Amino acid sequence: MSGSGLILAGVDGDRTWGLQDYVARGGYSALRKIISEKIPPETIIAELKASSLRGRGGAGFPTGLKWSFMPRSFPGAKYLACNSDEGEPGTFKDRDILRYNPHTVIEGMTIAAYAMGCERGYNYIHGEIFDVYERFEAALAEARAAGLLGQSILGSDFSFELFAHHGYGAYICGEETALLESIEGKKGQPRFKPPFPASYGLYGKPTTINNTETFASVPFIINMGGEAFLNLGKPNNGGTKLFSVSGHVNRPGNYEIAMGTPFAELLEMAGGMRGGRKLKAVIPGGSSAPVLPGNVMMDCTMDYDSISKAGSMLGSGAVIVMDETTCMVKALERLSYFYFEESCGQCTPCREGTGWLYRVVHRIENGLGRKEDLDLLNSVTGNIMGRTICALGDAASMPVQSFIKHFGSEFEYHIENKKCLVPPEVQYEGSQIYVRP
Amino acid sequence: MLEIEIDGKQVTVEDGSTIMDAATKIGAFVPHFCYHKKLSIAASCRMCLVQVEKAPKPLPACATPVTNGMKVWTRSEQAVKAQKGVMEFLLINHPLDCPICDQGGECQLQDLAVGYGGSQSRYEEEKRVVFNKNLGPLVSTDMTRCINCTRCVRFTTEIAGQMELGQAFRGEHAEIMPFVEKTVDSELSGNIIDLCPVGALTSKPFRFSARTWELARRRSVSPHDSLGSNLIVQVKHDVVKRVLPFENEDINECWLSDKDRFSYEGLNSEDRLTVPMLKQDGVWKETDWQTALEFAANGLRKTAKQNGPDSIGALASPHATIEELYLLQKFTRAIGSDSVDFRLRQSDFRADGFREGAPWLGMPISEVASLNRLFVIGSFLRKDSPLLAQRVRQAAKRGLHVSAINASAEEWLLPVKNRVLTAPSAIVPVLLQVVAALAAEKGVNAAEHLGAAIPATVSDEARAIAQSLASGRKVAVWVGNLAVQSEYASEIQQLAEEIARLTGGVFGVIGEAANSVGGYLAKAVPLVGGLNARQMLEQPRKAYLLLNAEPDLDFANPALAQTVLGAAPLVIALSAFKSPSLLAAADVLLPIAPFTETSGTFVNCEGRAQNFNAVARPLGDTRPGWKVLRVLGNLLEFEGFDQNDSEAVAAEALAEGSRPDLGNRLYGLEFKFAGQTAAGFERVSDVSIYAADPLVRRATSLQKTRDAKAPVACASTATLAAIGVASGARVRLKQGQGAAEVLIVADDSVAANCVRVAAANAATAALGAMCGEISVERV
Ligand SMILES: Cc1cc2nc3c(=O)[nH]c(=O)nc-3n(C[C@H](O)[C@H](O)[C@H](O)COP(=O)(O)O)c2cc1C
Ligand code: SF4
Ligand code: SF4
Ligand code: FES
Repeated sequence: MSGSGLILAGVDGDRTWGLQDYVARGGYSALRKIISEKIPPETIIAELKASSLRGRGGAGFPTGLKWSFMPRSFPGAKYLACNSDEGEPGTFKDRDILRYNPHTVIEGMTIAAYAMGCERGYNYIHGEIFDVYERFEAALAEARAAGLLGQSILGSDFSFELFAHHGYGAYICGEETALLESIEGKKGQPRFKPPFPASYGLYGKPTTINNTETFASVPFIINMGGEAFLNLGKPNNGGTKLFSVSGHVNRPGNYEIAMGTPFAELLEMAGGMRGGRKLKAVIPGGSSAPVLPGNVMMDCTMDYDSISKAGSMLGSGAVIVMDETTCMVKALERLSYFYFEESCGQCTPCREGTGWLYRVVHRIENGLGRKEDLDLLNSVTGNIMGRTICALGDAASMPVQSFIKHFGSEFEYHIENKKCLVPPEVQYEGSQIYVRP
Repeated sequence: MLEIEIDGKQVTVEDGSTIMDAATKIGAFVPHFCYHKKLSIAASCRMCLVQVEKAPKPLPACATPVTNGMKVWTRSEQAVKAQKGVMEFLLINHPLDCPICDQGGECQLQDLAVGYGGSQSRYEEEKRVVFNKNLGPLVSTDMTRCINCTRCVRFTTEIAGQMELGQAFRGEHAEIMPFVEKTVDSELSGNIIDLCPVGALTSKPFRFSARTWELARRRSVSPHDSLGSNLIVQVKHDVVKRVLPFENEDINECWLSDKDRFSYEGLNSEDRLTVPMLKQDGVWKETDWQTALEFAANGLRKTAKQNGPDSIGALASPHATIEELYLLQKFTRAIGSDSVDFRLRQSDFRADGFREGAPWLGMPISEVASLNRLFVIGSFLRKDSPLLAQRVRQAAKRGLHVSAINASAEEWLLPVKNRVLTAPSAIVPVLLQVVAALAAEKGVNAAEHLGAAIPATVSDEARAIAQSLASGRKVAVWVGNLAVQSEYASEIQQLAEEIARLTGGVFGVIGEAANSVGGYLAKAVPLVGGLNARQMLEQPRKAYLLLNAEPDLDFANPALAQTVLGAAPLVIALSAFKSPSLLAAADVLLPIAPFTETSGTFVNCEGRAQNFNAVARPLGDTRPGWKVLRVLGNLLEFEGFDQNDSEAVAAEALAEGSRPDLGNRLYGLEFKFAGQTAAGFERVSDVSIYAADPLVRRATSLQKTRDAKAPVACASTATLAAIGVASGARVRLKQGQGAAEVLIVADDSVAANCVRVAAANAATAALGAMCGEISVERV
């Protein structure tokens, strides 16, 4: 794969992940510049603010602002954590960044550590991608050997130790405070906030957590300047972003494009609709984002503001494309099952509610739906949303609400006729997966 | 301070308070399940959601910090909608079969469901079923009822000090469980029953035996350890069905040790003595009170006449009430004997006559929280005083540094910064080093009477303790049961006092039993040349009065006690229970009431006198002990035995001016430490937690716990090698004439050259003194 954009630019599959190639692509120049020019941390944070970089982990929180929350003068340990847990259905960008360009994450984290005065960092890597973990370890070893990581980086008095941490495949460990618990060796369960990690994080110390792609963008911002990065995209939506396109397209994969690129262009890059079929629906930001009808999506550009105006979220940038052969009830059943299985079980509305949602949707899909079920689903999601410790409760509810909102008639058809609106053979043709008649 | 408005009411709260704290302060009830004032905040049940001005969504009151000027509504439409939503979720998977649930009538879920639940369920899917867990003999489970509030998990982790329960699995599959194949063995485990808001964790002994509304609730005081936990005893038809904590922040907070909670099972044991009994020609016969009392009175009168009053001695349990102890000593003294004692497990009485007053903790229990240095000498703290240990555990989290010296390094489940593990006979030399190091540290001289004993060289261990204590702001030096029961008790106390003096701290005695302080106040000790508990056995008397003590289990030297009491011409035993050793030793058995069937008073370790009333009618012909002693006084026509009620006895006993004060100092006692003499192995004895008194020994469920396992001898790996036996071997322990066969196991928490073997157990009752030399032979 030879990418365009920034993070994937010049990357050529498995051949070019190493330090030498990264340096040849201009890698570690940002770190060198910072160290040799003794750039003050405030300047780095100002540059990030200017870049308008927003967290790539899902919530889209402005990264510069987040970094400025870290109490720089706090005596004692401060930590940095990279969130490579990437468990959200549809998302597969971080593992490619780590596999094909791991040094950009290491460099980004090192710069972040410099800017926030962290002495230790952890990269929490999803449990089911062990090869990526090994790749990252190898890159860490290279960086350490080259004096780019560890004690006295590049001969300066700045030191930063970075470690890879292997998760175990629980989606909830991607939630930043559950991730911290997991690193601490405890059961991965989100913490109640406040206190926020910036004041009480890993082992109770100030901690900043960012997504892999967020860190990977940092060296480019330092090199080209915050404003130039912003200008790649559009106001308030700086830079380029990776989109993991999956579903009924001809060439699923990761595409790094400038923020604000029309969805239609992204769809084209992904080879267009499979079999030339009609676009039915798109989940634009990973499984927790509300689904949008195809025609709405065709009018959107790929950035936080446009997608949010259309009623969904850019989230982690996982674009799930569904064509007309898709049964929306079945699609929702699959999603609801995911959240039911992945709830950590800590708080009541999510623990009890996700199972309730799944069971009702499952019933409808299996021809046992009742008239009042759609109202019930809306009411139950209403009782979950905004009342849980972490956002998984919302994430489980939004698909349900949006599927019913946009494709309610398909659900009603199911309930009344005890079968799919989309005939099983059509579904089979689209996905090549057996569908129970 | 922060200003907050809750439901229109203004209130000022301290910085760092939560909305729940503020609501509690103004008496507004916010429904909750996971929140508990003594546990960390989980914020997970979401029952406490309230509306907060400017917040887009309802926030959990238990976890949301108050900000200045905050406005909160706990009962607004938004708040109540959220609360009802959560209640619905809690109920969808709940069995809702309250009529067959043991928690029915005292269930927080049931109570709140009345206010917040719907009348009909919208949930028509399959309900979850969770398999029950075996948590041991005390706590019964019905896990399908669990609402995953994790109070029980947080209790074991935070209060009991060891995570014995956890929430395993995720989401709807989440289950509360112990570790694989493990039970909950904490000595505080029963508290999870109180904490569980539903019927998931209930009391195994109490299970299905009564409904809460059938039970009369009466206050009482625990008769076991020196803390004096406050109890609510629940009674149905004069039978104690259950014991719960009565919250007293100064003493037991809202907790109870399992011993306090479950010992009531012993009350109705088959061993209960319910009618007076007389032994005639070696045969026991039931009799009436009149006959029994006259027999006792005549026997005493005759003995005093024939052998002099000094030939009579009285031995009482430190678990007896003030009223019993006071009248016992008064009665004994009225006969003309000064030989009365309640310190049955002690063996060093050299400090008698030099005491400032009654040995006590030296400080209020609640002040443990403000200590920042603590030195615990010779104590099995966690098992001897579970709730005191719990307080130390909480204080340690806030920066209290604990140092300890003992012959056993048993796990206290709290951080011990400096720990010296040494044989009982070597405790004094180490303490001398600590004194030396402290004096050097502070640049002062050690007290004059220690003079020559102060060593020139100091070990690193002793110095570390001295340094820790010297850096303290608020220091306490506590002497525990092993120290008090040791042959060197007086030296240890002299040195503890000196260490406390050098650090400006307090010197305290933890105390063995409910009335360890009270016994002194009631003057149940020899005062004018009478014999102490040890002398009364070493110099056999002709007649003994025995109050609630069993010869084989309640004495420092059970072998000696059994022999001597067995041979005595007259033994009058006042007891709530019969036991083989009592039947063997006594000539008359007078059934007296256990603490639930009499009024009485205990003075706890902080010197607090706590009186209580009977909660049930005496069983059979049982009578309160104080009444029996009063009648004996009347029968012998003594003066001063005309009290109408126990209050009058207590008032007399504790009258200001006539009772001794509290005080730990030893005045004018020469420091005479002979040094280590033990040639072979030294015995280390603990009184295991459920063996300390006659009542708990008969509590059937407690007797099934791990703490009540048959005693084994323990010795370090090196000591085992020196003995020449393997761990798990059967050995014969010998002390003087006595011998016992037990298993011996390797345990490196026992000091070198020591063999730890529990006292107060039938299996070791043939052995001699709790401390001193012991030999081990392979069998
Ligand atoms: C249930 C749940 C799962 C999440 N999973 C991930 C994840 O896999 N990767 C990630 O970067 N962020 C994930 N997040 C978001 C993180 O909590 C956090 O906001 C993010 O890592 C912050 O990084 P950023 O500011 O760079 O986006 C998840 C959040 C929730 C609620
Ligand atoms: S919302 Fe769900 S996943 Fe998040 S803390 Fe609550 S139970 Fe766990
Ligand atoms: S067992 Fe009881 S205390 Fe423990 S989590 Fe369940 S409901 Fe809460
Ligand atoms: S009591 Fe506040 S969330 Fe449970």
